[in-house]
Amino acid sequence: MRWIRRNVVVVAGLLTLAYMILPNLVVMVFSFNKPKGRFNYEWQTFSLDAWKDPCGVADLCGSLTLSFQIAVWATIGATVLGTMIAFALVRYRFRARGAINSLIFLPMAMPEVVMAASLLTLFLNMGAELGFWTVLIAHIMFCLSFVVTAVKARVMSMDPKLEEAARDLYAGPVQTFVRVTLPIAAPGIAAGALLAFALSFDDFIITNFNAGSSVTFPMFVWGSAQRGTPVQINVIGTAMFAIAVLMVIGGQLVGSRRKKAATP
Amino acid sequence: MTETASTDRGGDDVRLTGISKSYGSFHAVKPLDLTVPEGSFFALLGASGCGKTTTLRMIAGLEDPTTGSVFLGDKDVTGLPPHKRPVNTVFQSYALFPHLDIYENVAFGLRRRGIKSVKKQVGDMLDLVQLGDFAKRKPHQLSGGQQQRVAVARALINHPKVLLLDEPLGALDLKLRRQMQLELKRIQTEVGITFVHVTHDQEEAMTMADTVAVMNAGRVEQLGAPAELYENPQTTFVANFLGTSNLIEADVAEKTGDEVVVTSAGVKLRLPADRLTTQVPDGGRLLVGVRPEKISLGHADDEGSIPAGRNRITGRIVDSSFIGVSTQYVIDSPVCAELEVYAQNIERDGRLVPGAEVVLHWNPAHTFGLDAAQDIDAGVKTVDEEGA
Repeated sequence: MRWIRRNVVVVAGLLTLAYMILPNLVVMVFSFNKPKGRFNYEWQTFSLDAWKDPCGVADLCGSLTLSFQIAVWATIGATVLGTMIAFALVRYRFRARGAINSLIFLPMAMPEVVMAASLLTLFLNMGAELGFWTVLIAHIMFCLSFVVTAVKARVMSMDPKLEEAARDLYAGPVQTFVRVTLPIAAPGIAAGALLAFALSFDDFIITNFNAGSSVTFPMFVWGSAQRGTPVQINVIGTAMFAIAVLMVIGGQLVGSRRKKAATP
Repeated sequence: MTETASTDRGGDDVRLTGISKSYGSFHAVKPLDLTVPEGSFFALLGASGCGKTTTLRMIAGLEDPTTGSVFLGDKDVTGLPPHKRPVNTVFQSYALFPHLDIYENVAFGLRRRGIKSVKKQVGDMLDLVQLGDFAKRKPHQLSGGQQQRVAVARALINHPKVLLLDEPLGALDLKLRRQMQLELKRIQTEVGITFVHVTHDQEEAMTMADTVAVMNAGRVEQLGAPAELYENPQTTFVANFLGTSNLIEADVAEKTGDEVVVTSAGVKLRLPADRLTTQVPDGGRLLVGVRPEKISLGHADDEGSIPAGRNRITGRIVDSSFIGVSTQYVIDSPVCAELEVYAQNIERDGRLVPGAEVVLHWNPAHTFGLDAAQDIDAGVKTVDEEGA
């Protein structure tokens, strides 16, 4: 009884963690499956076939490359623009600043289908050719809000006196930005960039509306799910999960080493 | 004009000429001239919003003056951006770079000027502020007092012509503040650099500075050595803001060669003519001031033993508070409802309790006279607001 009372928080935490991790584990386990039919839903026997030949399914790696390209460019575009917007909103007082502040939130609050449809209408009316560029433009647009929100939080907590101190200590405008402003805003910018990458990479609805004949990875997964799910999808999913986990662990290690170096 | 002046104006005085700053219709600093002599510890003292920090920021280049010029020595630096001025600032919030360790914080200015071998200088500077062992720590791992010392080291390492201190002790608790006041004074004596110190704490200004400029509503009310300001305030603001003054409204009765006699509610008071800050005709009004610690307090029964020639007022004790070294009395008298008297606790007279009839007396030489056309309470409320 006492044991339960003392550990109830830990148990609840572990259960929640399990709840979040379990789907990923299922994906991982089934990436080693050798399904009988075309659907990878039932465990048969252990096999490394899919891991040995991740591009074995037609169009899979092509769609993966496209998704990567879009995600990288969308991240760069949204991060650069979003960072500038965030600084402008926090640092400067100008007309309609309040209105812009709330407009930035709109894409996050709007249902994706609505935005997807309206974007398609816009592109069609402009006579734009649907494909890589329309998808990229759409992705930068909806990623912007998230980057702005992430960077803004960071910039708001930043003491403007720090930049004054840098200028006072012989740093010119460029030096001040590179040596002080950017390093301090970096965690916010990085968080915004990561968010943008993840959102762009797995976006389905907006992409599906505006991609024309291009096929991104989420579209490929959706399309193949109609006819049968190749094990390679699980392989890609598992690989991405592993990379993400490794990045987090790496970040933690670097952080703790720095902290250790700082406290002799 | 500067060329000709350069020959006789040696050194690195800070000179402000006709400098002012306005934000729209609000005049933060009204046109003022100020010279800070090289190597001095100069304090700008005033309540919040009086323009002292704006003045400091104009010297640093962080604020562009609306009118006027800033000179360092002979050089007009008005148009120079902050990073091109040989001036460094210690900010109120310290503004240490959170992403850099203490060593890099202190080395920042040297590195920006392209100096490669900074190790010895940084080491020496950290020793000067007694933080040699903290080089690898991050700012947030230091206490407030330590952060404050890092901020001083980070500025001083550049050997600026002037060090500007913007309420650097404001965030510290009282005991640490006293300690840091002495510490800063020691450092200033050691390095010999001109310090311009902004503060709202009159005790701090008087303890540390050689010269104090008292600012009020965007202008310098009075400038001088601390003792000079305290003993000879020129305005009611200075009289009330620096310590406490008893100000009594009085009429001039007669003026002899070096003495002025005034009357207030039938009481005759005398003061030396050279302590009048204003020319007043016979019958004109005057504010007569005396500091609370200059007044002696005696019970009414002992009135006969008071030496002749002293100013004397009778009254009744309204309130007394014992504060260790002294006892502070509030006296109700015909000339003023709330006269303050500070009596040293040497031999306490048991009869001096609230309600007792007393006689206040002091040496007329300790009386000063101010222009009556001023607000008698100027500078009083502000002190309470600051909690100083």
